[in-house]
Amino acid sequence: MGLELRNIHKHFGPVRANDGISITVETGTLHGLLGENGAGKSTLMKVLSGFHSADSGEIVLDGKKIKLASPDDAIEAGIGMLHQDPLVFLPFSVIDNFVLGSPGGWRLDRRQATAEMQELCDRYGFSFDPHTPSRLLTVGERQQLEIVRLLWLGARVLILDEPTTGISADQRAKLFAALKSLSKEGMSVIFVSHKLEEVADLCERVTVMKRGKVVGEADMPVPPERLVEMMFGQAVQIRDRKEVAHGKSRLTVDSVRMATGLLSEESTSLEVNAGEVIGLAGMEGSGQDTFLRICSGMRSLKQGSVTVAGKDLTGKHYRDFLAADVKYLPAGRLEEGLIEGLTITEHFVLSGEDRSFFIDWAQARNRAVEQVDHFAIKGTEASTVESLSGGNQQRLLLAMLPHELSVLLMEHPTRGLDIESADWVWEQLLARREDGTSIVFASADLDELLRYSDRILVFFSGRVIGELDASSTNVDEIGLLIGGRSANPELSEGSQ
Amino acid sequence: MSGFFTAFVDMFDTATIASIVAGSSALMFATMGETINEKAGVINLSVDGSMMLAALAGFVIAFQTDIVWLGFPAAAAVGMSVALLIAFASIKLSLNQVAVGFVLFALCTQLSRFLGTNFVGRRPVGVPTWEIPGLSSIPFFGPVFFDHNLVVYLSYLTVIATFLFMYRTRKGLELQGIGERPEAAHSRGIPVNKLRYFYTALGGALIGIGGAAFSLDVKLGWSDRLTRNLGWIVLAIVIFGGWHPLRAAFGVLLFGALQAYAINLVPEFPSLSQVLPSIPFPAMILALVIVNWKRLLKWLDRYPFLRAILRSDPPTAIGTRFKVN
Repeated sequence: MGLELRNIHKHFGPVRANDGISITVETGTLHGLLGENGAGKSTLMKVLSGFHSADSGEIVLDGKKIKLASPDDAIEAGIGMLHQDPLVFLPFSVIDNFVLGSPGGWRLDRRQATAEMQELCDRYGFSFDPHTPSRLLTVGERQQLEIVRLLWLGARVLILDEPTTGISADQRAKLFAALKSLSKEGMSVIFVSHKLEEVADLCERVTVMKRGKVVGEADMPVPPERLVEMMFGQAVQIRDRKEVAHGKSRLTVDSVRMATGLLSEESTSLEVNAGEVIGLAGMEGSGQDTFLRICSGMRSLKQGSVTVAGKDLTGKHYRDFLAADVKYLPAGRLEEGLIEGLTITEHFVLSGEDRSFFIDWAQARNRAVEQVDHFAIKGTEASTVESLSGGNQQRLLLAMLPHELSVLLMEHPTRGLDIESADWVWEQLLARREDGTSIVFASADLDELLRYSDRILVFFSGRVIGELDASSTNVDEIGLLIGGRSANPELSEGSQ
Repeated sequence: MSGFFTAFVDMFDTATIASIVAGSSALMFATMGETINEKAGVINLSVDGSMMLAALAGFVIAFQTDIVWLGFPAAAAVGMSVALLIAFASIKLSLNQVAVGFVLFALCTQLSRFLGTNFVGRRPVGVPTWEIPGLSSIPFFGPVFFDHNLVVYLSYLTVIATFLFMYRTRKGLELQGIGERPEAAHSRGIPVNKLRYFYTALGGALIGIGGAAFSLDVKLGWSDRLTRNLGWIVLAIVIFGGWHPLRAAFGVLLFGALQAYAINLVPEFPSLSQVLPSIPFPAMILALVIVNWKRLLKWLDRYPFLRAILRSDPPTAIGTRFKVN
């Protein structure tokens, strides 16, 4: 018994997103679904949750054929989907989010629903105040809210689409514990991810997809190399980081405060040398994002100073930071980094140095074609940016960076990218060091921080709680600091 | 200066306050209608025109049949039809709600002008006064709230019903959901576009009733562009009200009070009699500025109760289309 997908086809125009997929998920198992970006995982899950209807194929749940024409049908059948960006109504209270869409007549009994929600929360180790507006919840808590809601609606199959992007290590542990106990109770869980370690940690069985097809299946545990082989055809070598001599001081930040909350009275200072890579660790919203915005001149200072290559830029306009070759790449690629609706060529026109009144389209197109080729962007110079995948959007952002770059500030440089793209991105970034570019980046991925940084700053509730040498620290030490527990009290005091 | 003060003091007598309440019924209906429209994610920019055409339709039916109550369903039908056109253009034809709404405003205004020519100056029977026994004899509150007619009473009931529906029922929560984040509503099995049609129709009907309340009660009769500018004020009040029925109702009364104040000012400043009646309009803009003033709101963060009263969250998906792919 369990859930069976038989020969699912789904085409979007000429694109075969799902090309004859058959998967069986046994009742009560944690089933991993691995694959690169664009492998067709999300499409398949949208078919399974009633968002898309399949062109052909069958879905069988516990021996019965079911038809999923809308999300309503899926919920009725007991299939619950947790989207990567949890689909909650942000201004509404937690309890309103919980009851919205549940079956029943007009009567809205918030008290009863609250009691039932609390009971489920207690059972799976979650807790939130029913009256808080859900915009105040972290992404992790929004996920927990959605899981509890889906359980309440009677889900028997739970689909999680890349649930660990954007949540803290602590919340991930909580999530995994809940998923494990759910599967023991007979829940079938489909865990969609491109992170090998997580699938290895959690899942009992794994299916690997590539270009719309199933390319491998295995019972866990399997050595990670085999999974990588299934995903990419060959094992990706973990490159050793090439050391680059550091130059003079490039960016000096002196006693700035990140006003993220009431507890942010302590100030932070940092000095970055040419060619150095600084990683910023911490739970989402602990002050890293604010710190980057201060360094980039996008946020004004209440106190302290920012100096770039010896020039005091405190209180100066963002334009002055740009003129000093400071560049900031935000996490929201499509929201802040790129302009939806414009093509790649138009982006190069906007970011180019040419300031003449009329646009030389022929030249702009040439430059775009050249860069698309050089940065291996999957698309053409006439593609609009929203048609590109996340990885290719990031490639485009890198392609648009100016040649002269003193300080590069990045937020989650490889979020949502598959391993191959992420490695490629870092290859490009590390190459920049040789020209003396300093890189400061925030990431939620501890391996990424350890692998590519020289020094790691750990943020906790609006301040730096520790400064670590990346070559001598480890995941556990960073993890503890991120959770606010300093492994070495002297060290965290010394850094302030 | 004392003129401003005298005019202000003069407002605080029972008769003036009662007339503000009675005169607010048209705006009350229309504001609730527009609030429902926008909460569902559909911005009905045609209000000023559809209210006017509905006012004419209500007037004509009441005048021809001599039954005043028949005017209201006729006006509701007109308001509903116009609103449905906007929903249809947005959902089925993928057109921009703002553009379509504006064009419909112009069309309805001109239509009312053309179709109403023969009815200018005619007087039908009005809505009979019906004081509520018992309640109307309460000192102050009786004459202010309970010594009017059924139209006025229904306008209060509509406000209360809209509030209770939106915040106390499951269906009302769904209504808010489809205007806030339609894809999330869709994922919960809520038929987003079907409900958008329904609530646009409902809101449009209330806007139409607002029109009829004006031509059959507030200012009995028909004249060219009778309800002009009321629709635009409705749009402003919905924002002032932070898309909350009770706050919006307060906004309607505030606007009524401003109008009464402007009228009281005329005898004090006879030379400005042409300008004064337009005071409520810039005053509403000022009120909008205040409720959207970031620094004030930030300061109010320290007083959660006041903040809750003054906060305004536009429905996030307002004016957008939702397509299932």
